[in-house]
Amino acid sequence: MATMTIAGKELALDADGNLANRNDWTEEIAREIAAQEGIAELTAQHWAVIHYMRQVFEKDGDAPSIRRLTKESGVDTKTLYQLFPKGPAKRAAKIAGLPKPKGCI
Amino acid sequence: MAETGALPIERVSIVVSRGSLEGVYPGLIMANGARMEGIEASLFFTFFGLEAVIKKRMNNLKVATVGNPAMHMPTLLGALPGMSAFATSMMKKEMEKIDIPPVGEFITMIHDAGCEIYGCKATVDMFHLKPEDFCAEVDGVITVGEFYEKSAGGQIIFT
Repeated sequence: MATMTIAGKELALDADGNLANRNDWTEEIAREIAAQEGIAELTAQHWAVIHYMRQVFEKDGDAPSIRRLTKESGVDTKTLYQLFPKGPAKRAAKIAGLPKPKGCI
Repeated sequence: MAETGALPIERVSIVVSRGSLEGVYPGLIMANGARMEGIEASLFFTFFGLEAVIKKRMNNLKVATVGNPAMHMPTLLGALPGMSAFATSMMKKEMEKIDIPPVGEFITMIHDAGCEIYGCKATVDMFHLKPEDFCAEVDGVITVGEFYEKSAGGQIIFT
């Protein structure tokens, strides 16, 4: 299994390069992954999306769809794409320390 | 994926040419999915596909129950009154369960995601449609030539 040093810790990654164990995740790790993904600073809205995604994952075992995310996190579709320009679902999941979302929507 | 050495897809132009519920959704799902992956996307609605962006029609599209062997329904049965409405309501229920929005909401979501939406000029002329017939998300009515110009450097998907 691939590993990577993030925020001074040696962490296991899955086949997609996301954290293999979501319990390894910390906000400091999120900031470092975001920087690697080209997001220099995580704003309050980024954090709202990240924490919401983690919360849904804990409950359902998968990240929410974009539709549900925009309806329940308080961040609308346009803003979501501005926050995570290179693909919101996948990028936000990665920064949130979760596996790649399984849904199509 | 990356291991194959193939270049990732960066742009797609998706043509929606059919106006049944099952004819419209694949194109919408592919356009939305492209944007979710950070792929530039545009949608081009032509012929009966235009129904998906006509305000009065977009939320009333029906599943075709005749002439579709995969419905596993004899043609004469499929032609009975109410059969298409029944199949449509069943399909909409199943779609809602997996969080696929109704057409109108989906078009707004896809447009907000940064996908450009165009209507086909030839169809608009043929059906005598007016700008006010279309939903606000339509970015313009363009010719086939303009469609190809806008698709430069991308993949074209016909549905």
